[in-house]
Amino acid sequence: MAQIGYSKEVMEHFMNPRNVGVIESPDGYGKVGNPVCGDLMEIFIKVNDNKVDDIKFRTFGCGSAIAVSSMVTEMAKGQPLEEAMKITRKDVADKLGGLPPQKMHCSNLGADALHAAINNYWVKIGKIKPEEVKTEEGHDGEEGESCET
Amino acid sequence: MCGIYLDYQSACPVDPRVQEFAGRFLGRDFGNPSALHSRGLAAKAALEEARAHVAELINAEGQQSVILTTGATQANNLAIRGAALRNAAKGKKLLASKIEHISVLNPMKDLKKGGFDLTLVPVDRTGVIDLVALEGELGQETILTSVMYANSEIGTVQPIKEVSEIVHEKGLLLHVDATAAAGKIPIDVQKDGIDLLTLSSNDLYGPQGAGALYVRPGVRIQPVLFGGGQERGLSSGTENLYALAGFGEAARLARLKRAEEGLRLQAIRDALIQEILKIDESYLTGHPTKRLPHHASFRFSRIEGESILLTMDAMFNIQVSTGSACSSRTLEPSHVLLAIGLKHEEAHGSMVITLGRENNSDQIPVIANAAKKTVERLRALSPL
Repeated sequence: MAQIGYSKEVMEHFMNPRNVGVIESPDGYGKVGNPVCGDLMEIFIKVNDNKVDDIKFRTFGCGSAIAVSSMVTEMAKGQPLEEAMKITRKDVADKLGGLPPQKMHCSNLGADALHAAINNYWVKIGKIKPEEVKTEEGHDGEEGESCET
Repeated sequence: MCGIYLDYQSACPVDPRVQEFAGRFLGRDFGNPSALHSRGLAAKAALEEARAHVAELINAEGQQSVILTTGATQANNLAIRGAALRNAAKGKKLLASKIEHISVLNPMKDLKKGGFDLTLVPVDRTGVIDLVALEGELGQETILTSVMYANSEIGTVQPIKEVSEIVHEKGLLLHVDATAAAGKIPIDVQKDGIDLLTLSSNDLYGPQGAGALYVRPGVRIQPVLFGGGQERGLSSGTENLYALAGFGEAARLARLKRAEEGLRLQAIRDALIQEILKIDESYLTGHPTKRLPHHASFRFSRIEGESILLTMDAMFNIQVSTGSACSSRTLEPSHVLLAIGLKHEEAHGSMVITLGRENNSDQIPVIANAAKKTVERLRALSPL
């Protein structure tokens, strides 16, 4: 039978999101999405010993957007930055027991926000140059762009 | 499943009296109304009784003006395609308000691909149609104008009598989708001056899968479905006797109950609006007074509607609706909310409450508190 609605894992993370909030003076900060499109996520990280020591998020968006944000923070926490950088949108969706097909792109921005936060940190410490930051696929919600990717 | 159901516009439970009445047509009293034997004749009699009750609900002149259908979508398609194709020689222009249901807009958009012109008439910020714009758009080549009686997403009731006067002054044809309005406010097709009117059974606590199109005597439309020629050739296919008989009974009960039930729900609705608008940055959508008595619709800044729906359901066991993009198949925010001038980011945060039989005034504080907690919870998560 085709899955109807959200998986148990999505609802569990939506109802009990992990790592909600703000880190004052974070080491890295990433923000992706656009309220016009209905999804906006920000992730704050604290780095210690090249690992994601602490991570917090805030999200405006639908059920899957909130669940994805929560899940990605849980997956990244304690990970070496290089490992956290390898977490993909698909990894997050899989870990949540899948997302409805129409949600795979628009609200699956958690990994993008995490990568943006790590890149932000790497730029700060001079590990990479700002121009070396790879742009994530689509959905940066700039003027004139479609909300769907 | 208990809890508080507040989404009567999307589905109503079938009234137990309707279930009992209609149920026998599933078994004991089954029959094909087209058959000439006694069982067929009995089925035909039941169908005609249903038609009479539906006609009476809207004060239709003669039962034969009521075409029974499989629901509002078929009725809307029949009205629009049937009138447009029948009158294509006279003109190609179709008019509709911007906030019509998709089962009105989509057949019109499809006709547009086939060479018809479609003009959508704007509404104001409360959802009331711009009568001056409507009048300005009407011309002899306008073969059909479609304006809904009331809108299911924002509850606004249209000035149908005035719309009808403007359309008829030019000798043109008016279709009215009364799916959301029927059984909630009085409808009189003769007084209102309506040529074609759509009804749905389930909105009257009848079975799903039944509806009707009223066709004023003398108005000619052509079929869109072809087959055995049932319903004066306008709705071919063996009738869904159970659902249509139930629809008739539901229409009969709706006529008897409407006024009293409307007042009861309106009192609950008004109290709910008052309580929910106490939430910071909450706004009523639709018209403050010219609205369906059971309808309350809101938007909340900085949060998203699907999350509202899920939180209300999972945390409080309260079922509401939303016009948020994220809850739709297309991922576009509701065309209705955009038409009343909301920005995309505003349209995302909508919540729609439609009350019904099972609701009572004891639920007001429970619902208001759940809405408040839901908004607080989601705002705490929101970066906006």
